[in-house]
Amino acid sequence: MASVLLDSINKNYGQTSVLRGVSLSIADGEFLTLLGPSGCGKSTLLRILAGLEMQDAGTVSIGERVVDGLRPKRRDVAMVFQSYALYPHLTIASNMALPLRMRQLSALQRLPLLGGLLPGTERIVAEIETEVTRTATLLGIGHLLSRKPGQLSGGQRQRVAVGRAMVRHPAVFLMDEPLSNLDATLRVQMRAEIKELHQRLGVTFVYVTHDQAEAMTLSDRVAVMLDGELLQVAPPQDIYADPDDRRVAEFIGSPKINMLEGVVRERGLIDVAGSTLPIEADALAGAHLTLGIRPEAFHLADHGGQGALTGSVRMIEHMGSDLFVHLDLAGIDHPLIARLLAERTPDIAPGQTLHVGVRPDRVLLFARDGQRLLFARDGQRLRREVESAGASITPIRELAR
Amino acid sequence: MSFITSANFLWRPAAILRHAVLIVTGALILAPFVWMVSLSIRPPGEIFRASFTFWPAQFYGVENYTKALTQAPLPRSMGNGLIVCSLILALQILVCAPCAYALAKLRFPGRDLLFGMVLIGLLLPHQVLSLPLFILGYQLGILNTYAALVFPYVVSPFGIFLFRQFFKTIPDDVIHAARLDGLSELTIVWKIMMPMALPAILAFSIFSVVGHWNDLFWPLIAVQDRSLMPPPLGIMAFMNEEAGNDYGPLMAASTLVVLPLLVAFLAAQRWFVEGLTRGGIK
Ligand SMILES: Nc1ncnc2c1ncn2[C@@H]1O[C@H](COP(=O)(O)OP(=O)(O)OP(=O)(O)O)[C@@H](O)[C@H]1O
Ligand SMILES: [Mg+2]
Repeated sequence: MASVLLDSINKNYGQTSVLRGVSLSIADGEFLTLLGPSGCGKSTLLRILAGLEMQDAGTVSIGERVVDGLRPKRRDVAMVFQSYALYPHLTIASNMALPLRMRQLSALQRLPLLGGLLPGTERIVAEIETEVTRTATLLGIGHLLSRKPGQLSGGQRQRVAVGRAMVRHPAVFLMDEPLSNLDATLRVQMRAEIKELHQRLGVTFVYVTHDQAEAMTLSDRVAVMLDGELLQVAPPQDIYADPDDRRVAEFIGSPKINMLEGVVRERGLIDVAGSTLPIEADALAGAHLTLGIRPEAFHLADHGGQGALTGSVRMIEHMGSDLFVHLDLAGIDHPLIARLLAERTPDIAPGQTLHVGVRPDRVLLFARDGQRLLFARDGQRLRREVESAGASITPIRELAR
Repeated sequence: MSFITSANFLWRPAAILRHAVLIVTGALILAPFVWMVSLSIRPPGEIFRASFTFWPAQFYGVENYTKALTQAPLPRSMGNGLIVCSLILALQILVCAPCAYALAKLRFPGRDLLFGMVLIGLLLPHQVLSLPLFILGYQLGILNTYAALVFPYVVSPFGIFLFRQFFKTIPDDVIHAARLDGLSELTIVWKIMMPMALPAILAFSIFSVVGHWNDLFWPLIAVQDRSLMPPPLGIMAFMNEEAGNDYGPLMAASTLVVLPLLVAFLAAQRWFVEGLTRGGIK
């Protein structure tokens, strides 16, 4: 068992900077997910953590111990790879036994024929075999032990990869998109199994994915990564409801959050898309802001005017209990998406004019540079003056400290 | 593709031309071999006949082959060939695999330069180096021994190149997994990379064995002792001393020398083609 501490990790490949000042503290036994789009450096960070790659700056500690310069096998971490990385020429049993053989048998004892004659070898080999069989049975692959990886399905290979990591009882489990090669049904099933595995083993998990659903359902905390930087580390519900940064808000949530440009008219009123919303902005009149409104923050309104947005229906997506209505608003080029309850929504047709109301407390405000403005934490509202557009704005993170 | 369309496909003009070219080149390459086999079963009188038939009027195979095997030290030179070729191959693999692994999968300064030097080594014909190698062998005092036949070939640029290309297709994740599992770099080479690169190793083995089994140039320089001569040199000595103009037994000896290679190649054909053409292991 071990906590993990990453301190200002930098990594460059030649001229390209892949990781920039990544700091992250992971508690013992925590399930932390690194979430980010493809190419943002998630795998690189995981490889640095495992010791497979050296960082250019910064330190990595595992269980209070600085592990920089320690070889991967000395770090007490195990990793499940996206491609599973099984050894194609070895049987499943040998695949799973290899990490134990390398650790528990000496080089002499591992020799093909001679090794078996040395004292102790037989006992250790039997122990390894027992452990492998036990783990395989636990994962439901006990009957596949004599096969080669090429003879398994994707899901079975995935289990073998997990099994190979498990037999060693590592202090930290690293998983790099272990489910991305599986079909949708299997993915949901394996997701549950990984959650269960974490609860049973109680060790630290660092899980990499670009799938929000995985991140949201599995994690204690989610670390959102973009272009080599950590934008926010928080529990899943906070990442969704209380993002620090415009990019986080846009990355999380499907359909995507609606971003509308607005101008503060006076205290408590913001002009947006030809309408006025009663939102406490704590900014001076004339300040330009971006309003982030999740699709489910809308509700059907009877009439336009203050507090509601009006647009013409472009498209309707029926999702069972909900409708996703795409609205064209005056002066905005991309449609607004509102998620409305199907049973409360009368028949609407494309081309029709529709009014949607907004819950002011669900509107997220972002400054021009993408920093979140004016949000309440611990019930205490942080007040800030925003001058006119272009005024310098103290980043929210500094204020929050 | 269904059978019918593939049959049609064969009869398209382009396909006919392609096959014609292949058949002609194949025949050109094969003709001397056929002739060699044909000569090896002829009596002396029939060898210089103007008319050519594959099967001789009088079958003289038994006599020719007995003569080839008994009058010349052919078994001895074939034994030498076996020893020398296996030694060369074993040492080549021992040296090339770690080199290729380093060039394919490890990052260190100067790697590209080193690989460039391997490529240059690939371009140099071996004959160019024979004089320096001869002097080196003389200085080491190993001329006229098995070691003299083996040492110039231990480091094979071709082997390094071929293995490197194959190792490059093996995903990094497998190596990372092996490192996490506690394997040392050398263990990774022997326990993970080599088994995965088996087709490439087979292809290389065939190249290496064929090349050195048939090599005449270097053995001619390196050894004088008849008991050390590899097959082609043995045949040459046989031709000069015993056979004279007796081509029947000479061709029989040649056929016998080529035979093991032919059998080995046919047995390993599938992997050979795979090793040269295939990308990686999924
Ligand atoms: N060995 C390397 N040499 C040069 N650039 C590299 C190397 N490995 C990764 N990169 C670059 O670093 C960036 C981050 O790569 P990384 O594999 O960490 O992305 P990722 O977040 O895991 O993406 P994905 O979700 O697609 O797996 C990419 O832009 C990639 O091109
Ligand atoms: Mg990745």
